[in-house]
Amino acid sequence: MKNYSSYLEIRKDLEDQIVTCETLVNHYLVNIHKHSQLNVFLEVYEEEALEQAKRIQEKIENNSAGTLAGLVVGIKDVLAYKGHGLGSASKILTGFKSQFTASAVQRLIDQDAIIIGRQNCDEFAMGSSNENSAYGPVVNGKGNQKVPGGSSGGSAVAVQMDMCQVSLGTDTGGSVRQPAAFCGVVGMKPTYSRISRYGLAAYASSFDTIGTLTKSVEDSALLLETMAGDDEYDSTVSTKEVPAYTQKLQKEDKFKVAYLAETLSHEGLNHEIKDAVENLLKKLTNRGHQVSEANFDLLDYLLPTYYILTTAEASSNLSRYDGVKFGHRTEDSKNLESMYKKTRSEGFGEEVKRRIMLGTFVLSASYYDAFYTKAQKARRLIKEQTEEILSKYDFIVSPTTSTVAFDIGSINDSLEMFLADLFTVQASVAGIPAISIPYGVDKEGMPIGIQIMSRHFSEEKLLAFARQILAEVN
Amino acid sequence: MKLNQETLQKIAHLARLEFDPKSGDQMLKDMEEILTWVEKLDELDTENVAPLTHVSSEINVYRPDEVANKATHESALFNAPKKDEDYFRVPKVLD
Repeated sequence: MKNYSSYLEIRKDLEDQIVTCETLVNHYLVNIHKHSQLNVFLEVYEEEALEQAKRIQEKIENNSAGTLAGLVVGIKDVLAYKGHGLGSASKILTGFKSQFTASAVQRLIDQDAIIIGRQNCDEFAMGSSNENSAYGPVVNGKGNQKVPGGSSGGSAVAVQMDMCQVSLGTDTGGSVRQPAAFCGVVGMKPTYSRISRYGLAAYASSFDTIGTLTKSVEDSALLLETMAGDDEYDSTVSTKEVPAYTQKLQKEDKFKVAYLAETLSHEGLNHEIKDAVENLLKKLTNRGHQVSEANFDLLDYLLPTYYILTTAEASSNLSRYDGVKFGHRTEDSKNLESMYKKTRSEGFGEEVKRRIMLGTFVLSASYYDAFYTKAQKARRLIKEQTEEILSKYDFIVSPTTSTVAFDIGSINDSLEMFLADLFTVQASVAGIPAISIPYGVDKEGMPIGIQIMSRHFSEEKLLAFARQILAEVN
Repeated sequence: MKLNQETLQKIAHLARLEFDPKSGDQMLKDMEEILTWVEKLDELDTENVAPLTHVSSEINVYRPDEVANKATHESALFNAPKKDEDYFRVPKVLD
């Protein structure tokens, strides 16, 4: 079966009776089994997906099918799907079954999408290489034993290796965009609050967004317009009307594009990636876009701000894992307090414990102002300086990552690992939308990703511009 | 930034975590390293900057105050590691 770049092509073939939902599901199942050594899926809903396929095929034949009929979706193991396992790739949630479905997932199901399984990721979405999973690392489908990026690594590889048409991931500091870049797929993080977080296991609530991993910008647009919008179960979700993103993709306007001097001259930036960005900027100039350099002198403050705030929020969010109402409980406890401590110490992995400890520290009475309040102030400066640039330009173009996918096991130092998110955290700290699109490969064939950021709620323009660039590359 | 074992144990207690001497030493070292790194923010002048506390632009989202029961008794208890017919069970709290 052909490797479809977008759902639009699948829908056409379904309607022309060239494929059926069942052949589609079987095709992805074959790939899932064929590439099981990549450790992508934690659970595959094989029989259920085939039953759904049969049911939805009938709807297609009766002309009563939803807008996503036969779209096969994989979901990161942090999204709730009623009656199915949800583990956040952590031992502390062993055996947990969702009692409700995340709003974003429900909206896809309502349009007859088929959920094929849940995907491996870094534990509680904390990591940049997918090596922090309690179920072992995910392996990149390209190269020899390379990481897929993280934390939505399984979701990225699933799309890269055609184990599903699209994946839902989550992005707190780059967890959709960075693995998309490492795996050569499209990764989109919308504006903070654009998609309801109901049913998403929280990591850092003022940063967390659901994002998409797809083979094309068309599919990112389709998923976003289906999932976004008001939701009675999330009081922080934006009530702004959701544009029909897929209808506006063909627009070919001329834009003002900025690149950041500090990013392109960063000492850690791989020269092949730098060449790729410069090559794109030159092309954009030749196509009549106005490309200029802008300054962002807060680059070195992004990661410290991000780590103080996200660890603080994580320490608070993860206090719910106490062994009382759900998840793992220690066998070995004398009293309630030791039950809490042993349960949590046994259940959480090292990276999660480190972040809980740091977050508890920066929120503790003696250090709250010096760390937590300071970082909230820095966040305002970063947000305002980013908005200032975007008031003069439509987009900021940058590399998604400073390196291509690295070897599994090659980075053992936390601070060095944090640098994998250097260019992606800006959009997360500022709450703006950003997309990573594949833009060629390095001399060893490893994918390079380019990131485009834009103003709050300007996904329509962002997606159209990304589609335009990708169309020219291909 | 330097931390001592006493601070580490205090924070661990607040976070309801425990570390044996070996893993405690490693955690202390990691925390010192990361905290020293985030202290870079001290270079920024934030004297007249208000902390950013909310990122969503939605304010005062209201809904009607209607009683609704979304979770059944059974589903609320479903994932409990220890339970009886009606309650979550925990180790004895009072002697």
